[in-house]
Amino acid sequence: MPIRVYIPSPLRDQTQGQTTVHVQGASVKDALDHLCQQFPELKARLFDGGGEVKPFLNVYLNNEDIRYLDNLATAIKDGDELSIIPAVAGG
Amino acid sequence: MSTSFVRGLKCRLCGKTYPQQPLNFCTEDFGPLEVEYDYPALGRTVNRRIIESRPRTMWRYRELLPVDGEPTVGRQVGGTPLIRADRLAEELGVETLWIKNDAVNFPTLSFKDRVVAVALSKAREFGFKTVGCASTGNLANSVAANAAAAGMEAYILVPADLERTKILGTSVFGPKLVLVRGTYDEVNRLCSQIALKFQMGLVNVNLRPFYAEGSKSVGFEIAEDLGWRIPRHVVVPMAGGSLIGKIYKAFQELKMLGLVDDAVCSMHGAQATGCNPISDAVKNGRERHRPVRRPNTICKSLAIGDPADGYFAAKLIRETGGWAEDVSDDEISEAIYLLGRTEGIFAETAGGVTVAVARKLIEQGKLPRDEEIVLCITGNGLKTQDAVAGEVEEPLVIEPRLEAFEPLLREPVLAS
Repeated sequence: MPIRVYIPSPLRDQTQGQTTVHVQGASVKDALDHLCQQFPELKARLFDGGGEVKPFLNVYLNNEDIRYLDNLATAIKDGDELSIIPAVAGG
Repeated sequence: MSTSFVRGLKCRLCGKTYPQQPLNFCTEDFGPLEVEYDYPALGRTVNRRIIESRPRTMWRYRELLPVDGEPTVGRQVGGTPLIRADRLAEELGVETLWIKNDAVNFPTLSFKDRVVAVALSKAREFGFKTVGCASTGNLANSVAANAAAAGMEAYILVPADLERTKILGTSVFGPKLVLVRGTYDEVNRLCSQIALKFQMGLVNVNLRPFYAEGSKSVGFEIAEDLGWRIPRHVVVPMAGGSLIGKIYKAFQELKMLGLVDDAVCSMHGAQATGCNPISDAVKNGRERHRPVRRPNTICKSLAIGDPADGYFAAKLIRETGGWAEDVSDDEISEAIYLLGRTEGIFAETAGGVTVAVARKLIEQGKLPRDEEIVLCITGNGLKTQDAVAGEVEEPLVIEPRLEAFEPLLREPVLAS
């Protein structure tokens, strides 16, 4: 069973309108790299120059913010779900 | 015809511009969007005389708020007192202290009525019938009340462990109130997902750029009430970190428009130690805050572990020569009582945070004792009464007889 990545609407122009994309990998980084292999234009939208997730974008593994886990190095397994969600909200 | 001076929205990171729309982030780099104004045109239109001729509400500064024409929601909001706090000043050992008292803001007794008035007026302009928010309590009260008065349907999402008074103080306005099992940040994430999926005006999500501008009215009022002058220091409670930046922006706009001569002001931020991502970033020289997974403080109104404007608030504090501190639950309760018994103002826990942090900054020398200081009290103590239950003096119980009363007199009182 692959890993599902939820794509927020502002990024769907780069995923041909797909809401979820299936990827493979052993870590969050692997999974997002695999996502960017399928849709190369996503890379510049998701990552900053240093290879980190952009500061105003949050990535969640099964509803937990990866910054509270092991960040991009967080291990993942088949059946997990990743969500990419814009972070500028609230307060 | 549009009467607004708004040019559009602009990304605070890359500068990309957008026409006015319900959108909170740049679709390129996800940075926050901010309202852009036509300042030259504003400079030709706005002056002290026009402002002073209008009723004492936040709308006397309407050209500097992003509403097209007359506001349709929250027309009576703002115009709260700026109080010279001499008794508290004496306790804290400073010369000149003022309190901006939004604990008596209308209609729901917190500064949130300001941001909601703008956001819901804007929601109407955009044609939203349904509105909502993610809230730590005060915003819930305000969206529910203002939406009720405006006849809009409201979905209010709050953490399930919120104070009962804030839950009841929301429910009474008849919204759809949803208690979410999770932290505020989890509620917030859910609301981001809702805003991306449904046609709803969520005041602090897709309407956030407009909403946040409402906070500038706190700064405008402080300056006008000081006789069109900017104070040297302002202490502001920080949750999402937006208010502190908007007060400063208000001061700079007044300077730009020639309404004040100078706008030199150090901005100081206040947090609770149990949820201190921004003060931690300031104190430890971190450019970006470290989010707090599980906030743990009696000050639930400031319990945002991952503040959207944390980066900008910390930067502003550093750049204006201000500082940030955080205080314990005990210090918060004690400071609520201190403010109550010196100034007759009952602040909610965030007010306790502000007063306690001010005291700490004065003791540290970060707030000089001989320079003018304004403390921002943003919410009313009636909403968080439990926070002072252990602090205040126990009432005395007596029989209805004069002999029982007389021994209780603290100091001799002359008999008539």
